[in-house]
Amino acid sequence: MTGTAIRLDRVEAGYRGAGGERRVLNGLDLTVDRGEMVALLGANGSGKTTLLNVMAGTIRPSAGAIELFGRPLASWSRGEIARSVAVLPQSLELPAGFRVAEVVAMGRTAHGARWFGWTPGDLRAVEDALRDADAADLADRPVTELSGGERQRVLVALALAQEPSLLLLDEPTTHLDIAHAAWLLASVARLRQLRGLTAVMVLHDLVLASAWSPRIAVLHAGHIVADGPPEEALRADIVRDAYGVAVETVVTDAGRRLVVPHVPASASEHASGPGSSSSVG
Amino acid sequence: MSATTAVRRVTFGPSPGRTTLTLGLGAVLVVVAATAAVLAGTSGIGIGDAVAIVVHRLTGIGPVTWPSSAETIVWELRLPRVLAGMVVGAGLACAGAVFQALLRNPLADPYIIGPAAGASLGAVAALLLPVTLAGWLGLGLVQLLAFVGGLAAVAVVFTVARGRGGTPVVTLLLAGYAISSLLSAAVAVMIFNAGERLGAVISWLLGSLAGASWARVGFAAPLIIISFTLLLLRWRRLNALLLGEAQAAHIGLDVEREKRILVALAALATSAGVAISGTIGFVGLVVPHLVRLAAGPDHRLLLPASMLYGAALLVLADLGARMAGGIPVGVVTALIGAPFFLWLLRRSIAGGWVSR
Repeated sequence: MTGTAIRLDRVEAGYRGAGGERRVLNGLDLTVDRGEMVALLGANGSGKTTLLNVMAGTIRPSAGAIELFGRPLASWSRGEIARSVAVLPQSLELPAGFRVAEVVAMGRTAHGARWFGWTPGDLRAVEDALRDADAADLADRPVTELSGGERQRVLVALALAQEPSLLLLDEPTTHLDIAHAAWLLASVARLRQLRGLTAVMVLHDLVLASAWSPRIAVLHAGHIVADGPPEEALRADIVRDAYGVAVETVVTDAGRRLVVPHVPASASEHASGPGSSSSVG
Repeated sequence: MSATTAVRRVTFGPSPGRTTLTLGLGAVLVVVAATAAVLAGTSGIGIGDAVAIVVHRLTGIGPVTWPSSAETIVWELRLPRVLAGMVVGAGLACAGAVFQALLRNPLADPYIIGPAAGASLGAVAALLLPVTLAGWLGLGLVQLLAFVGGLAAVAVVFTVARGRGGTPVVTLLLAGYAISSLLSAAVAVMIFNAGERLGAVISWLLGSLAGASWARVGFAAPLIIISFTLLLLRWRRLNALLLGEAQAAHIGLDVEREKRILVALAALATSAGVAISGTIGFVGLVVPHLVRLAAGPDHRLLLPASMLYGAALLVLADLGARMAGGIPVGVVTALIGAPFFLWLLRRSIAGGWVSR
């Protein structure tokens, strides 16, 4: 399992709205090798989600080149992309009336070769996906009767049913408590071993990211301003500039140094909001 | 969240038993409704004669033991009317199911993005034109202009709603509403000036199967069957759309292309139906919901079941309309459908249709 999973070369992308074009990515370079696990961090509006959508082929870049598994992304059909790239959304409203296994089977939409049924390959992929997402026990449950943590397991299974080589995760832990968030990132790490998956995930939590992701890329104003192992990419000055917030460094019981938002000593310090970065750290 | 879970076979999709029961019951209902509708009436034709007439007309077998008036009533009047009801009901219910999935809106019906208003304009214009052009394929100008008007209205709505970034569902709904209002205003002007043709205009607008003929059935049936077949083959994509457009794209759908295809096919079925029957309401709204409640939301079963129950419902409603002294069938479907619509509204307010 060697080679490049995805390579972005001077990519520019944005949105066209009534107020004209708003460019979000400004000549972004990023290369992710097969089997890597990368966390994308950055402030709201820094371009993380846009970057993920560009990699998923759902936002077309206005300039630059993207290669997915050695082939220009523009030459991939939607179905081809879906057979290689899966996206785990932050949350998803699951359609009422379906059971979990039926929703997971929707991950086979781009594979389904039979007109009115499923191939043995489809069935096996759904079973494997449910198992690898720890969701086998949920298979027959109605999707409207799931807790937040269960729902996220189902979404992981839906993504795995596509049998992807590259998994893109868009703020997957936002709606999860710390135990479920840790489960999710541990699962991604495990799937990386188990299935040789490449994983690129947008995260908000610096602590989770530095705990689970061997590589971290920090986005700021549509550029990658730092890229490397957590201790390099999450230096105090980089985090402070990227988020525009005061930070401090704490040392964990295990001796790891973590950059966290500065915790004010008194209530009066709460007055300074995001953007007014008085540097600590 | 145990790491080891017992491996067992997963099952999904409607079970074979549920599929057989749903479709079997639907087929029985269609046959019963059609038989009742052919036999019911004042001329007292027995089931034996009716079957013999149909067999005789289809195969030429058997001696003629019935009065020719009976043959005219069964073969020229009632049978085409029953078949028209089946075809229109099936087409509307199928199109309704598709629009509800595509627009992710439980209150969507086949007319929501304009075909009814367009067809009405075409039909009313044809009714009021001083010329009577020779028919084509045995159809009148009214049917042809209604069909073309329905398709044209949908095409206009789709074009208007289409932006550079795609065709958002909300824009599609609003454009459909706006264009429908505009076309209805034009129809209103024509109604105002209809004069002695007012009765014919109103009758068409309320929806009626009274003018059914073999030619009309022969026009609409192939279009609706083709449209249904192509829609059914897209059951997997229709299911995927229920996840929302963003996730549908991630699991492999070219969402914009899919929208174009689905809208075109559903508009074809709707316009073909409306062309031969006028605007019959509520069938396309109510039937998919009833089927969903009974058989689940999987389009692999939802579409064929909607067709069968839509066919049965409209044939029965038309029978009711005939029994009630020949009122337009659209009035009957509205009488049945409107209370159901209200119930549905209450249910969707309570969060019954949409999850969470």
